[in-house]
Amino acid sequence: MTMALPHSRTRELPLGRRIVERPEVGAAIGVIVLWVFFAIIGGSDGFLTTRGIASYLNIAAQVGIVGTTVTLLLIAGEFDLSIGSMVGFSGMIIALGTTQAGMPLWLALLCALAFAVLYGYAVGMLVVRWNIPSFIVTLAGLFLLRGATIGFSRSIAQQPYIGGVKNAIGTDPLQYLFAGKLWESLDVGFLWWIGLVIVGAIVLTKTKFGNWIFAVGGSPSAARASGIPVARVKIILFIAVSVSGVLLAAIQVLSLGSADSFRGQGKEFEAAITAVIGGTSLSGGTGSIIGTAIGALTLGIVRQGLFFAGVDYDWYQAILGLLLLLAVIINQFARRNVSKS
Amino acid sequence: MATPIIEARSVSRYFGTVVALKDISIAVHAGEVVCLLGDNGAGKSTLIKILSGLERPDEGTLAIDGQPVNFRSPRDAFARGIATVYQDLAVLPQMSISRNFMLGMEPIRKFGPFRFFDEAKAGAIAREELAKIGITVNHLKQKVGTMSGGERQSLAIARAEYRGARLLILDEPTSALGVNEAAIVLRHVIRARARGLGVVFITHNVHHALPIGDRFVILNRGRVAGTFARAEMDEAALNRHMGGGAEFEALQRDLVALADQLKTGATVH
Repeated sequence: MTMALPHSRTRELPLGRRIVERPEVGAAIGVIVLWVFFAIIGGSDGFLTTRGIASYLNIAAQVGIVGTTVTLLLIAGEFDLSIGSMVGFSGMIIALGTTQAGMPLWLALLCALAFAVLYGYAVGMLVVRWNIPSFIVTLAGLFLLRGATIGFSRSIAQQPYIGGVKNAIGTDPLQYLFAGKLWESLDVGFLWWIGLVIVGAIVLTKTKFGNWIFAVGGSPSAARASGIPVARVKIILFIAVSVSGVLLAAIQVLSLGSADSFRGQGKEFEAAITAVIGGTSLSGGTGSIIGTAIGALTLGIVRQGLFFAGVDYDWYQAILGLLLLLAVIINQFARRNVSKS
Repeated sequence: MATPIIEARSVSRYFGTVVALKDISIAVHAGEVVCLLGDNGAGKSTLIKILSGLERPDEGTLAIDGQPVNFRSPRDAFARGIATVYQDLAVLPQMSISRNFMLGMEPIRKFGPFRFFDEAKAGAIAREELAKIGITVNHLKQKVGTMSGGERQSLAIARAEYRGARLLILDEPTSALGVNEAAIVLRHVIRARARGLGVVFITHNVHHALPIGDRFVILNRGRVAGTFARAEMDEAALNRHMGGGAEFEALQRDLVALADQLKTGATVH
């Protein structure tokens, strides 16, 4: 240290403190503890086999894909409850397009993508221009899209389920971009997830737009006063969330060869849970993409850990609720130092 | 006298039946601190909203460098060098000092087709600009929430200046601060004046206005109750004008009488 500085009342925290106060660290410690726990109780039953590892990575990838974009939106101070329904609806567009309308796969995907962009834009406009809380707009979207998915499926195919996608698209090489295995039973979706996490983390922490996301969620008035296009930032993020829903839908429909009206149900909450476990605040202004990735991994490990340990699936949700509560309490303590003063 | 940076000419503003401002004229020159004083409800906020482009006058005009202007938004005003620092500061406590400082004008570093936020450059600019106003920051990655109120206010002012402001409108910058914290901000205002900026300093604290003001404009019930040069002013005079003169003295007498009454145990109505 040099001389005492007249106006600087700030001090650098010890390295240890700085690390512990990062929200991702708590989540990372948590996931390691959970992994060791399940490795001990379920290891001999397959949790540690390549099939076991792939199974929880696949689950983490699916929730992580939407979790990544939902995290960006949460940091910007908005919520999307309709992402799960979006997965169901766009899956239905892809399945109906290829099996009923005879579209080539690329066209069906493009239709789903176009719908997602329009939908995200519409939600964003309602939120920023008409000042309707995103919670309400996307709650309406949750029911609207889910209902429409079931309605379209039943009126076109007389059932809430559209199969035969694989027959319809045949050997279209485009499908291997979304379906298929990377290695053993690890899905291609895993690569999408990792890619999205890397891009999301770079955008959030290393670009101007990322700075704007934090500012918009931290204080919209301060952001506006600094000349940041608050409306545009939010609309772009609503679109990004919807588009990530299409990505997940494409992965699911092309892997399973079918669309189910009820697919994606609950993903809106799982995405939010992964974000909160990873240290993202629901009130906006703080959060981490890496944290959300750890949160997604936590979900995958708990779900498959319970499976391999022979615990009934019913307990998964109860444990998820407990984990969420625990994560919020820990984050509250970690954040206290910053918000004070 | 030189052309003022900003000038309000006979500005009036009505809210329905309420006369918020009536026939206000005020001019601020480069290198001058004009203190805008007045009790709550005197019209200070409405006047600065008009000067900063947030509201339009119903009557009268604004002029920048002698040219009549019509601001449609704060962005318009800012483009002409008028920057307003509001009480809520426009800083984000959860964001680092350098990111806060460069918010909305982030320096960019290109890498092939990609454009990244230039953290090093942002830090260097923030450090340099804050050093100019006498704030030494050890750790630019530190969150603004860890700075004191006076430092935060100074950061907001320094940022407005860095963005090219020629005229700073400071809305009660010291009212939420303690004595030492307020001193940091007041020192900063004096330095800004020395660099040739015009400053509109809004306050209802006479002790903060007196040492830095070149001119004092006192508002009372939406009208200019008086404009005084520094030489004509002392604390008693300023207090008299601000509180509405005679009204304030009457209030003082009432309060003294009430206190005496209570002391002697008389019935209180």
